[in-house]
Amino acid sequence: MGDVTKLIARRLVYGALTLLVVSILIFFAVELLPGDIAQAVLGQGATKETVAALREQMGLDQPAPVRYLHWLAGAVHGDFGVSLISGDRVSAVIGPRFLNTLFLASYAAVIAVPFAITLGILVALLRNSIFDRVANVVTLTAISSPEFFLGYILILFFAVKTSAFPAIASIGSHMSFGDLLYRSFLPALTLVLVVTAHMMRMTRAAIISLLASPYIEMARLKGVSPWRVIVRHALPNAWAPIINVVALNLAYLITGVVLVEVVFVYPGIGQLLVDAVSKRDFPIVQACCLIFAATFILLNLAADVGAILTNPRLRHPK
Amino acid sequence: MTNTRYAGPIDRIAAAARTGRISRRDFMHYSMATGLTASAATGLWTGAARAQPKSGGTFRWGIHDGNTSDTHDPATYVTRQMIFLAHQYRSYLTMINPDNSLGPDLATDWEATPDAAQWTFEIDSDASFHSGRPVTARDVVASLNHHRGDKSASAAKPLLASVTDITADGDHTVVVTLDGGLADLPWLMTDYHLAICPANEDGSIDWQSGDGSGPYKIDSGEFGVRWSLSRFDGWHGEGAYFDAVEMLILNDPNARQTALVTGDVDCVSLIDLKTKALLERNPNIIVDNIPSGAAITMPMFCDADPFTDVKVRQAMKLAMDRDEIIEKIAFGAATKGNDFHLAPVQPYWPDDIPQYDYDPDRAKALLKEAGAEGISVNLSTTDSIFSGAVDMCVLYAEQAKKAGIKVNVVREPSDGYYSDVWLKKPFCLVSWGARPTPDVMFTLAYARGAAWNESHWDNARFNELLLQAKSELDQDKRAELYREMCLLMHDDGGTIIPFFNNFVFARRSNVVHPDQVAASWSCDGARAASRWWFE
Amino acid sequence: MSHFVLGYFAVLIAASCLAAYFGRRPVFMLLFVLTLASALAGLFGGVPALRFLTGAAAVLALAAGISYAFREFLAIVFGGEAERELKNAPLTAIFGLFVIAVYAIAAVFAPIIAPFGQAEVVSSAFAPADAHMLLGADQLGRDMFSRIIFGARNSVGIALMATLLAFFFGALGGLIAAVRGGVIDTLIGRIADVIMSVPSLIFSLLMLSIFGTSIVVIVIVVAVIYSPRVFRLTRAVAGNIVVMDYIEAARLRGEGDWYLIRREILPNATAPLVAEFGLEFCFVFLLISGLSFLGLGIQPPTADWGSMVRENATLISFGELTPLIPAAAIALLTVAVNFVVDWMLWRSSGLKE
Repeated sequence: MGDVTKLIARRLVYGALTLLVVSILIFFAVELLPGDIAQAVLGQGATKETVAALREQMGLDQPAPVRYLHWLAGAVHGDFGVSLISGDRVSAVIGPRFLNTLFLASYAAVIAVPFAITLGILVALLRNSIFDRVANVVTLTAISSPEFFLGYILILFFAVKTSAFPAIASIGSHMSFGDLLYRSFLPALTLVLVVTAHMMRMTRAAIISLLASPYIEMARLKGVSPWRVIVRHALPNAWAPIINVVALNLAYLITGVVLVEVVFVYPGIGQLLVDAVSKRDFPIVQACCLIFAATFILLNLAADVGAILTNPRLRHPK
Repeated sequence: MTNTRYAGPIDRIAAAARTGRISRRDFMHYSMATGLTASAATGLWTGAARAQPKSGGTFRWGIHDGNTSDTHDPATYVTRQMIFLAHQYRSYLTMINPDNSLGPDLATDWEATPDAAQWTFEIDSDASFHSGRPVTARDVVASLNHHRGDKSASAAKPLLASVTDITADGDHTVVVTLDGGLADLPWLMTDYHLAICPANEDGSIDWQSGDGSGPYKIDSGEFGVRWSLSRFDGWHGEGAYFDAVEMLILNDPNARQTALVTGDVDCVSLIDLKTKALLERNPNIIVDNIPSGAAITMPMFCDADPFTDVKVRQAMKLAMDRDEIIEKIAFGAATKGNDFHLAPVQPYWPDDIPQYDYDPDRAKALLKEAGAEGISVNLSTTDSIFSGAVDMCVLYAEQAKKAGIKVNVVREPSDGYYSDVWLKKPFCLVSWGARPTPDVMFTLAYARGAAWNESHWDNARFNELLLQAKSELDQDKRAELYREMCLLMHDDGGTIIPFFNNFVFARRSNVVHPDQVAASWSCDGARAASRWWFE
Repeated sequence: MSHFVLGYFAVLIAASCLAAYFGRRPVFMLLFVLTLASALAGLFGGVPALRFLTGAAAVLALAAGISYAFREFLAIVFGGEAERELKNAPLTAIFGLFVIAVYAIAAVFAPIIAPFGQAEVVSSAFAPADAHMLLGADQLGRDMFSRIIFGARNSVGIALMATLLAFFFGALGGLIAAVRGGVIDTLIGRIADVIMSVPSLIFSLLMLSIFGTSIVVIVIVVAVIYSPRVFRLTRAVAGNIVVMDYIEAARLRGEGDWYLIRREILPNATAPLVAEFGLEFCFVFLLISGLSFLGLGIQPPTADWGSMVRENATLISFGELTPLIPAAAIALLTVAVNFVVDWMLWRSSGLKE
């Protein structure tokens, strides 16, 4: 296990470096955006004087690298600063919304991951049958419709026509867990439809690519049932790519759900980030992006570690 | 100029109205121009036989256009979320009545010196903040000063540019001194930035706490998500029939529409015009279509080729088929524009200016005279101006083709449109909120050297008339001056005004509103919660 | 019970009998399942559900028929080796090929096929379909059919360019990283990590706000966003190949890196790359339509399926079909591409059963 620990440590260092680079990138990207925060806040009502006054209020008259280093010094100590617009602490602004995002992501993941993998195994077993084809077409259609469009269609059937679920997922902290699940069902279902196909197809492909291997052939010739061949013989060797694609999709559930949030009016972090970008509220943009980047890096690391743990051969590369 | 002095003429006008000798519009025109309390006149006009309002219920209200980064600072109000919220929990000195006349809010009475250069406002002595503290002249002075001075970053700064001093005279009197006559000052006080907040000891205001003196007080809320308010029993005004108000920020048009259809909200502030006809078929839903003074403009730089020639400008105006644009882009929910920035619902609107209609042949002829045949111009636009903004430009480009004008539609990023495109590109598309009086609008965007003179128009006669009208207290003379200004804009101006967009909002059929609703904002001047009730 | 329902079941049962008589088990099973499903659907959904089923079955049959004919056509045109290959190909793959061919023809000959220009306003808003306008008009009164045809050119063209560019960057980077290893490998890997760790929609939002929304910028930004995913896959696949003995042998022969990449690694890494291509292509498509949802997509009046879906999306709540047409066009293409990809994968995996 020493190798794995070393790998994790090395990857964490790389991860920290990646975060640093991301933060520099984002800072200067926000700097490069046309217009600045003062103009964005004042909107159509901006005049030269008011913009100048606001810039001074927000401390934007300092040069960009100085502001970046100032921010970085705070961030290293866990202080991500205050929102330039409202003056609230960034952690206070982002915290509750990030929890909402995590809730929705786990909700969708808990349904989607087992569903996709089971379905993937099933279609691998029944490959080239009608069931395989239908599952293929349905999941492909689901991912090839734009997300917001899928959302609209679900709203049509589940909210407008049958009123089984609420069309807007306005959730609050005072609600019971069951109520939360009920109210955020439609956005979760949309996300499930979006991510299932990718995971299912990868499971299927990973298993099928192993079926031609001699050891599978051997098992089959021994008279092992097809179901057992797949679950006991093929699946253990197929975990690596499957875990990889699951991690990728989990990251997507957390970082890529802006459109779903907009469609269902879900108070998550994506909407906050888009608003902050349009207002050039740098500390918020920065903190959100770093959260996303960290999520991505950690999930990736988890996937690689998972792949290694499920496949001893990867632990000792040639 | 106290409002009581106008009681005489108003009574006469009202009498004329009752006997049918005067049209409703003329009536509005005169009563609005006077700037007085018109609730009595409204009563006369709308008649006594009106359903009695009933108290009770929670009004769930879907609001479009809200941002998570909004704040309670009235100086930076920009989204509908804040404008609508401010009209519930804060008060203003004056307000636009349901019949579009000017009425009292915190100020019960106002009068001007004869040159209109100094105004005195009397503050309602019954008014108090939600915290229990009475509203005093000191709060008003501090709130108005929040938008003045070098340090202020308020978007309302230009509005109060001509104010030289604001002082409190006792607890309930505020005196505003200006550097010249300004007959419209009481109208300006309805501007959504000029909300009255509690003053701090040092003369600044406490906008952070969310305390106000409006009909509803904030119980809880989150910017860009939702606001829960409950009735404030100590409110100085009349109305506020709902027990509580629940405002939901629904930026996505489909979300708003579905929430209304499924009954998750009782009213939405804007609907997607594409679905207007379909929504109207729903028996549980009533769609309100209210003409407003909010305009879509297309300014052409009068000092940039090819727009330097007035004939080219006129050709551009004639090359537009406004009827088709209103039918296809606004789905009928708009009032045809005539290239002067004053809508029929606004005071002083002149009804005798010839309408520009689609005439590609005349446009061609004008271009030929100007020696500018086959010109090609770039028209900048973006989606966020209004729904269908880009489509409208594309449609105009198709129409202008017939007049031999090549319009290239350039879609700019929505982000930063007003800082990088507007006032910078020679021909673009702009959306303007309604301003209460023509003086405000003309001074902002058409006067020589105005910061927002979006068409770089400089007409000597117009500028002269504008100054003259500012301090003119005689209503007939003012109307005549504004008519001439409008004619100048129509003939010589560099701005195409395709249409004035209506406010199209919708409510469940159990929500009742009076016969008339204000046209200053969507949903009865953003005051639906304090003026409407459940059946 | 209507005549339609009676006729419907009569046909099904007769077909089942025929299938049983000729001993075609798969066909019989299919019909049997269909009969069962129809009975259930009829019980709960009534006649409309049955009509829908009939419609769906007819569409399927039509698709199968077309694919069958297209397979024969292709076999005749190409002949020889390809003919045998095609004869063995599943009908779904042929259907995919057919759809791709149709889209390609539509894209290349758009101005000839489309009856009107993509920006031309020819009628009133939302005019119903008639002899001149096969799919009716959109919200401005432009011909929907013409816009779909032009959309094939614009949307597919842009998505294809972006995907190809992403594959070019990604695969090249991955191969070089695998062959060279060491510092270059780490460096490219870290760059890919940085790009991937910024959410794609936010990344493009920032980039497009900075550089404007011209087609070139869209293609490059989208390619940059997707190339790290291709890079990682290529790196992983090539990494497995690089350690093989025959690569070792080639190296000892003194072959250069470029030769190794071109002649030894690439041919063995094609299959997974092609499979990935299918999915990435549809993600690129979706990203571009998501961008137009946020107002950063392709410039109007250029017809683009993503924007077309978005423009009329609110109508879907009222059961109007207008926004479904471009959405269906997107869905059909991605499904078709993936059918073909599946087939290629199946061929290259050597799994013939």
